[in-house]
Amino acid sequence: MQIPVEGFMYPNEVELQWSVLIVLYPFITGLVAGAFILASLERVFQVQAVKPTYRLALLTALAFLLVAPMPLQLHLGHPERSFEMYLTPHVSSAMAMFGFVYLWYLLAVLVLEIWLDYRHDIVVLSQTTTGWRRLIYRMLTLGSTNVSPHALHIDERAGWLITLIGIPSAFLLHGYVGFIFGSVKANPWWSSPLMPVVFLFSAMVSGIAVVMLLYMVLNWMRREPIDMRCVDTVAKYLFYTFIIDFSLEMLDLIHRIYEADESFRSLDFMVHTKLYFSHIVVQILLGTVTPIVLLGLTQVAKLTDLARKRIYVLSGCLTLIGIFAMRWNVVIGGQLFSKSFLGYTTYKMGFATREGLLTAIVLTILPFMFLWALVKLLPPWPEKAVLAEAASAQ
Amino acid sequence: MAAEPASIRPSRFWWNTGMKILQDTGHLFRVAAVFLVGFVAFLVLRSLLVPRSFGRYGHYRANAITEIAALPVHYAGHQVCEGCHTDVLDVKSKGVHKGVACESCHGPLAAHADDPAAVTPAKLDTRILCARCHQENLAKPKDFPQVNAPEHSSGAACNTCHQPHSPAMNVGVAQ
Amino acid sequence: MTMTRRQLLILLPAAAIAWDSILAGTPEASPNYEMAEHWWAMLIDITKCIGCGSCVRACQLENQVPDGYYRTWVERYHIADWEMEYPKVDSPDGGKNGFPPAKEAGGKNFFVPKLCNHCADSPCTQVCPVGATFISPDGVVLVDQKYCLGCRYCVQACPYGCRFINPQTNTANKCTLCYHRITKGLTTACCEVCPTGTRQLANLKDPKDPIHEFLRTHSVQVLKPQMATHSKCFYNGLDGSVR
Repeated sequence: MQIPVEGFMYPNEVELQWSVLIVLYPFITGLVAGAFILASLERVFQVQAVKPTYRLALLTALAFLLVAPMPLQLHLGHPERSFEMYLTPHVSSAMAMFGFVYLWYLLAVLVLEIWLDYRHDIVVLSQTTTGWRRLIYRMLTLGSTNVSPHALHIDERAGWLITLIGIPSAFLLHGYVGFIFGSVKANPWWSSPLMPVVFLFSAMVSGIAVVMLLYMVLNWMRREPIDMRCVDTVAKYLFYTFIIDFSLEMLDLIHRIYEADESFRSLDFMVHTKLYFSHIVVQILLGTVTPIVLLGLTQVAKLTDLARKRIYVLSGCLTLIGIFAMRWNVVIGGQLFSKSFLGYTTYKMGFATREGLLTAIVLTILPFMFLWALVKLLPPWPEKAVLAEAASAQ
Repeated sequence: MAAEPASIRPSRFWWNTGMKILQDTGHLFRVAAVFLVGFVAFLVLRSLLVPRSFGRYGHYRANAITEIAALPVHYAGHQVCEGCHTDVLDVKSKGVHKGVACESCHGPLAAHADDPAAVTPAKLDTRILCARCHQENLAKPKDFPQVNAPEHSSGAACNTCHQPHSPAMNVGVAQ
Repeated sequence: MTMTRRQLLILLPAAAIAWDSILAGTPEASPNYEMAEHWWAMLIDITKCIGCGSCVRACQLENQVPDGYYRTWVERYHIADWEMEYPKVDSPDGGKNGFPPAKEAGGKNFFVPKLCNHCADSPCTQVCPVGATFISPDGVVLVDQKYCLGCRYCVQACPYGCRFINPQTNTANKCTLCYHRITKGLTTACCEVCPTGTRQLANLKDPKDPIHEFLRTHSVQVLKPQMATHSKCFYNGLDGSVR
């Protein structure tokens, strides 16, 4: 277990505490928060153009939210004790919020909103399907088959209210992760009031990007035409959010360089050596500047539908890679340098270990499998499927 | 969204309106009931699972303090050694090592103190032991006695010339 | 890495049994020891430290500290001239077996023993999500080995690098100020074996404790005072270059 150290590190600092799984966790909750904010654009802010992505965004948020606790459980020294956070949460600890914020967001916001939006479809499907599928749908109806216009109207109003509450809830779900890092005074790479805000905006960027990508990919798989007005609007929101995110990160950087406090030399050296590839090349150049330039191009130049589609797909992919790199640079970067500012260590990531690369890859793929199951269970595009079944049932 | 359907326009009788609203929100009450049951179940579970001593002194399990205090002791402490080894104490208290605890050189010996016959302290090699403190090093305080051990003794054990319990040059020879 | 059903079937009842022991009532307290009469602190005199590593060895033997992890350790500093911001520091195996000869001649050289500062405003206890680490009523920051989840947040939050995760228990570990000794009238293992009197355990609540006179008559420092952790580990003769 010889970990190469340059310079001096406190003896207990040599081994990294938080692994790639802790990089993955904020990435996943960021996608959840971002996807939900995109959904709320239509629901609360009445941006009609993005309606085709509404249900997909909610299902995406749910799929990722279900996977979110998994990297945490795998990381804990004693996952069987994790319920202690529900029993005796230490209110001075941001991490203690996790259990409650997660439960609240999962049940009182996301699941409830999805249920209310899909209720009509669920009732129809509970009457038109057979076998075990029928059983699932019947359970989901909670025994109520009232889909009168008035009931649906009430659902719609309730859903609107939940989305309204859901927006700050989504901010809390991901913002507290930023605070977990931002409030650690011992670590100057993390300690900053900007941290929760930067996390949030990068979350929104990644969430919007993933829904945009999924929408385009799924429509292509279903051989359905892509609503260009929809993706153009989504891409526009992605662009604007990106500008804010980039500005915030640049502000942090400029502030650090200017003030040059005691940690600066050590951190600067780290960014230019150990984090050069992940920070300068992947996060900044490929993951932020390139997508911003490409998306900016679509905003100012008149491009064909095909050209815009290609740019959106490319930007979306680069964005996701870039935001993952940002999480990597924050979490891993924050542990590579010594708190004595006199040395650096190395992150030795295992492969097939509990916190290794393979686990991270599996946990990244898992939400898409959940999404596939959710899309099968609650089709986001009911217009043809459900109505056809309803028609054939009569 | 769509204009309000005719069915919810208030009827002439308020109880009819009330009933209609109740009828159409029934599913919401079911959801609320599910949440309520879950919440109550959580409270019950919590009251069963929170450790009893939790919160007595602060936000932690008070019994942890007593558990930690009950951990086994491995170093007896020099007062315990001096209780039996008074002859060594007599020699040591007159020399420059009077402030050095017995177990500093002899290692943890609480087990020996508990059962002297059963546990015999290991014989020490002064070449290694003494060098740990007295091998010269630039970072040691200047007034601290330090030598380059191999040169100083030409490889001989330190207790060839020095009495470890009271190590001035001229006080006796090794045991 | 996935858990098989069999493993889960074994793990769950085991966890339940382990939990039961945590639920249990009060075991007997140590007789004659009153927590309210003590507020523990440590005094370290840099001018006396010879870097012998006895403290590191003793701590490991007393507390079963695994190799490669340190509840206390000694650092050696070398400052060439006036460049106080860039000292050369080393701590081979925590200083457990002493230090090799210096690589560079001249300059200012000294040893700095380090351990948990048992901060009165400790950031590590602040961030623990479940209350597994805490400061006892007598001023010792402790970790509840049966309650700790191993989330490692406290390790991140400590500015001094004194915490680690014990690979055998998968819980947070650190210097306990030999709580099991000091509550029995003994001193800590490191203080016991220190041959030069560099380390001194102190009870701030005892008016007769020599630390009060010492603090009054010497210039003392704490590590990283800007962190405002209210550290209770006082250093005499701590150079400004010490990180």
